[in-house]
Amino acid sequence: MHETGTKQLESKFPELLEAFPSDILDAEDFRGDLTVVVRPERIQDIVRFLKTNKSVPFEVLMDLFGMDYLKTKTEMPERFCVVYNFHSVSKARRLRVKAYVPEAKPEIDTLCSVYKAANWFERETWDMYGIVFREHPHLIRILTHHEFQGHPLRKDYPADRYQRLKTSLPSSEL
Amino acid sequence: MHDVANPTSPTPKQVVTGIPGASTVESGPEDKYLKLNLGPSHPATHGTLRIYVELEGELIRDMKLEIGYLHRCFEKMCETHTWNQVIPFTDRLNYVSSMMNNVGYSMAVEKLLGIEVTPRCQRIRVIVSELSRIIDHMVCIGANAVDLGALTCFWYFFRERENVYDLFEAACGARLTTSYTRVGGLLHDLPDGWIAWCRKVIDNMPRAIDDVDTMLTNNRIWIDRTKGVGAIDAATALDYGFTGPVLRATGVAHDLRKAHPYYGYDNFQFDVAVEKGGCTYARYLVRMREMRESLKIIRQALEDFPEGSVNVDDWAIVLPPKKEVYGSIEGLMAHFKLIMHGIKPPIGEVYSYTEAANGELGFFIRSEGEGKPYRVRCRPPCFAIYQAFPEMSLGQTISDAVASLGSLNIVAGELDR
Repeated sequence: MHETGTKQLESKFPELLEAFPSDILDAEDFRGDLTVVVRPERIQDIVRFLKTNKSVPFEVLMDLFGMDYLKTKTEMPERFCVVYNFHSVSKARRLRVKAYVPEAKPEIDTLCSVYKAANWFERETWDMYGIVFREHPHLIRILTHHEFQGHPLRKDYPADRYQRLKTSLPSSEL
Repeated sequence: MHDVANPTSPTPKQVVTGIPGASTVESGPEDKYLKLNLGPSHPATHGTLRIYVELEGELIRDMKLEIGYLHRCFEKMCETHTWNQVIPFTDRLNYVSSMMNNVGYSMAVEKLLGIEVTPRCQRIRVIVSELSRIIDHMVCIGANAVDLGALTCFWYFFRERENVYDLFEAACGARLTTSYTRVGGLLHDLPDGWIAWCRKVIDNMPRAIDDVDTMLTNNRIWIDRTKGVGAIDAATALDYGFTGPVLRATGVAHDLRKAHPYYGYDNFQFDVAVEKGGCTYARYLVRMREMRESLKIIRQALEDFPEGSVNVDDWAIVLPPKKEVYGSIEGLMAHFKLIMHGIKPPIGEVYSYTEAANGELGFFIRSEGEGKPYRVRCRPPCFAIYQAFPEMSLGQTISDAVASLGSLNIVAGELDR
């Protein structure tokens, strides 16, 4: 664990550490951004706690996106990561949560049942990185064409690849 | 190795009818509802949005959205360009207020570098951002009114908008795709006489705002068409990740310029415009008030204009003055290194956010210590807002949906990236 990050977490948000002592894998503080790495299997419980806890309720899931750490210089825990940015409007606080998912099985539980905002953001993350969100109500591509092959933001997807895409999406599949 | 041609596909999902979280369609025979496809090229969408609705008489019983028609791999392209080369891409996000995207992105990279831009640069960024907010709101209200059959307001606002574009053109050479900021500063300082000119432009603006105010705010037709239309409550809005004027119209007094002040916003006197109701009319009122508040900010910002350079004094971040490039070996080397290799921020990840015209415009950036970003993630405010559009429109008519769509200010450039 990063020492400064853990200290920051202990001082700013001790309730999270108390509630999930064995599921907080790491904490980092960089340029004032507090990041917490959590066990992916527990993401729904942790996020539900973040939203409903009394001391710092994170009402807004500001952003949710994927990361591909294939070409980093330092070794990362896993190749893929889902990053969540939370915002507490009432307490004016921010928190970033990261959950690493393995390349062999890039899957994580959906947050659609916790935040309505998660739906499209998770579809985008599936579209761009191929990370599957279990129990998502409608996990289809959102920004790329429905015939598109591959996941464009993966680091092994060439930026100049050309694909011929023809048909429009039938309304029954929207 | 992962084969990109054969991606792992998700297990087939049950196709859901209705929007998750919204009231679902009553069960009934397949042809009970009239199916209608709006867009992607439809005048009322002001961009490329596909809206598929199922109608019972005139009432919308189900609505599904398809986006992505303007997707141009913004985030992927950022990874293949240097830190400063990304700035022209940001112009095309919310192209109605491109200055704010320039500022938002540059601020994120500066946070990663751990630097603060000079007071003069901060002040100029505040002024161009607030001018952009005003013209963004003008386009939104003007176009919204056009959709509902009131063309005059559009012209009253666009006359003022042209004046602001003249100011932008004088400052950076472009009207729409400004690319005015650079990491650590600006393209260049404002030209002589710009500040006096800017005062003249903003002195004319209240007249246009008053004109539109007179024509719309108490107008029976306008109120009938917008009040209570496309309403959403505060809790649902927060759950959907709403920010900006659309959130403030639901009664949540949240503005990043107050909650997390940057660039000295805490030194300016202004109010956060808040309205109750969360409907199209409330959003209209919020935007009208915000334009006046922005004018207040600009007026204060034009006083006691800080002197000095607009760029940070670090040749590893901004290009040295031409005199140094041609006159000293250090200047020449710094210039060469910046052009050939780019800025090299330290390894790390930051998330930086600004209050853009539509709401929170966030940039998450990861650097691997190289001349190009490892990852740039843009958090577009209207992505979160547009997602709630079906829930806001169910049970209303198509003409109501057109009214509320206009007031959400969905800009496809930002939505699809």
